[in-house]
Amino acid sequence: MADTVFDRIKGNVESNDVFLYMKGTPMFPQCGFSARVVQILSHVGVPFQSANVLEDMELREGIKQFSNWPTIPQLYVKGEFVGGCDIITEMFQSGELETMLSEKGVATKAQA
Amino acid sequence: MAMAASEIEALIKAALPDARVTVEDLAGDGDHYAATVVSEQFRGISRVKQHQIVYAALRGRMGGELHALALQTAAP
Repeated sequence: MADTVFDRIKGNVESNDVFLYMKGTPMFPQCGFSARVVQILSHVGVPFQSANVLEDMELREGIKQFSNWPTIPQLYVKGEFVGGCDIITEMFQSGELETMLSEKGVATKAQA
Repeated sequence: MAMAASEIEALIKAALPDARVTVEDLAGDGDHYAATVVSEQFRGISRVKQHQIVYAALRGRMGGELHALALQTAAP
């Protein structure tokens, strides 16, 4: 049933400050866009959890309905959908990503 | 299945008549595009919502027929 996958998603994004739905894993990303977001998060030095949607078709479709966003990767900070690869890249380049993280009380390498 | 740049532009303009739209084919395969969309309707709303408006204009092709669309949106 759809709500169990939504419950799982809610559980993931609400119990982890930074959560990334991606194709592959941070060690072995299987999509250029997912890999770029992993690089940005590592560069900023923010710890994050992730889920490999390629291993879970129900999650892969459920997450798109949950956020009303048609593509993967999807980044969540403090339970809130922040964006996909384009938006995260734009925010990183403008410094907005680090500002948003510190405003939400998420420690990054710079502050650690 | 791929899409033509003109089709993407037409769909976006149908939903955002005032928009200035540029569409660039990144890989020549009709599957990977970059687009910039400038519209008054984006004023004061978050980037996520701006992109969601464009995705809605593409009527479900995003992520299916259209694998990748590097999107830049802004208000004029």
